[in-house]
Amino acid sequence: MQKVGIVEVTQSSGVESPLSLMEFTYKPVKELLDKVDMRRDEVDMYILAATDVFHSGMSCANAFDWDASGAFMKPASREEGDAITAFVYGCMPIMEGRYDTVLVVGLIKGSENPENDTLTSFVADPFYSRPVGIQETTAAAMQMRLYLQRYGITEEQCAKVVVKNLGNALFNPYAHIKKRVNVDDVLNSERICDPLKAMECAPKSEGVCAMLLASEEKAKKLTDKPVWFKGWGSSMDTFYLGDRDLLDTQLKAAAASAYKMAGVSDPRKEIDVAEICEPYAFQELLWCEQLGFCAQGQGGKLIDSGVTQITGALPVNPSGGVLAMNPYVARGLYRVAEAALQIKGKAGEHQVDGKVNTALAHSTYGFCGQWQGVVILGS
Amino acid sequence: MAEKYKVDKDLVRMEIVDFTFPEKEYRTSRHDTVLPYNWALGPTWTRFFDGLKEGKILGTRCKKCNKVLVPARTFCPICYEDMQEWIELPQEGSIETWCLVNYKYYGQVKEPPYIIAQIHLDKADCSLTHFIGGFNLSDPDKVRGKMKTVSRVKAVWSKEKHGDIYDIAHFKPV
Repeated sequence: MQKVGIVEVTQSSGVESPLSLMEFTYKPVKELLDKVDMRRDEVDMYILAATDVFHSGMSCANAFDWDASGAFMKPASREEGDAITAFVYGCMPIMEGRYDTVLVVGLIKGSENPENDTLTSFVADPFYSRPVGIQETTAAAMQMRLYLQRYGITEEQCAKVVVKNLGNALFNPYAHIKKRVNVDDVLNSERICDPLKAMECAPKSEGVCAMLLASEEKAKKLTDKPVWFKGWGSSMDTFYLGDRDLLDTQLKAAAASAYKMAGVSDPRKEIDVAEICEPYAFQELLWCEQLGFCAQGQGGKLIDSGVTQITGALPVNPSGGVLAMNPYVARGLYRVAEAALQIKGKAGEHQVDGKVNTALAHSTYGFCGQWQGVVILGS
Repeated sequence: MAEKYKVDKDLVRMEIVDFTFPEKEYRTSRHDTVLPYNWALGPTWTRFFDGLKEGKILGTRCKKCNKVLVPARTFCPICYEDMQEWIELPQEGSIETWCLVNYKYYGQVKEPPYIIAQIHLDKADCSLTHFIGGFNLSDPDKVRGKMKTVSRVKAVWSKEKHGDIYDIAHFKPV
């Protein structure tokens, strides 16, 4: 199996843009190609991630997604789950030795569609869950209440995730939400879906992220600091909320698989930084438990300890995470890009202090983290 | 329907009346897509919904793990085996978790405030998602206090039944 290196990444800001989706997608891809001094047709393969139907409504991906990302007249594919999977699909033909370079693009303009809750209600089955009001926020609120009740996690501990992540986002030039907040601001924000408060829910953002992957030999020619793909795991739980223990998600299985492939035996010690997908604040605590950063039910104590702060021993979401920027579908590729930038030492003002040898990127979609995916990167 | 959409005759397009985007400083083009779909329910959903019309909540039992799931299933989502044995479930159960929806979004299923809950029906091995009602929901603080005391709930049936999930109006505290 060949090694796969991340050569270079570019990303757009999450702030609302007056550019059309086509122009908005073209810019970061063109910037990426210019950075590595390659022509579009010199890239061996393209993998795109976008959901052109519900989250764009245009349903003409063949024009806007393919033309704009330069994927036309090349071997290419497009996927609709989460862009972190597009990253893995991009790694596969390089591992196999079939291609030397793959360009991965995740794209969305969240400002152009209806509210997340309107859209995610369509993820629910139309006969039963959708008519009783299930969408991502109502499902997450029920998961949060269970989390507070079963493990005695406090609302203050959940609010601290927002304070930390929005605080980090102040130093990320691409972040969508830039606002210094304190625990009281979060606790006093509108209880839109009790126990969830408005500020504990991710926004909807713009976001195009482009990434060039290359074989070992090619990566070393194109950059002096390649970041290596080390491990991957994913798992989809069954659908109905009532069938599942909402606090025991498939993240454990996804993480176990990624750790095994990467040779990580003690994630708390071996992982230097983590970029994880927390569309609802409490989920960062729950996901940290299931990634093995702390014991089950100890997510609240983990944030209290300061370990996950940008200055801590295991910084979680130094970029600000999804609470600061939520480009649906593309958000998983953003996590990989931010993790790679931390290893390269090129995260800028939100670069963590210590040397980063191993970084974790996580993404999730579906109700209460139904699908979970974990990527491990190494220096 | 008539008051929810306006028809632009020149463009042969419908526009949703009760949805507005924030004012933009740049030129945009609004398009609302209204498309018809017609999904087969299949025999299991059909029997489950026919059951609701008769005032019965039906589940099925897995022949391998013996679990009773509701709504009824054609196959067990864990064992991936047939679930052919039909069980009529008690209409009472306990609340696993809940949320109080107190905000608006386009396409919402009912006027807020309302409670959505996971309800573990007696003799079932899973929870059923439905509304909790039958008391005043206007004051969120009072609702939180009230819900702390509620452990058991029972199904309240709609006056008119159509063979869908709304045949149960909600579950009310016992």
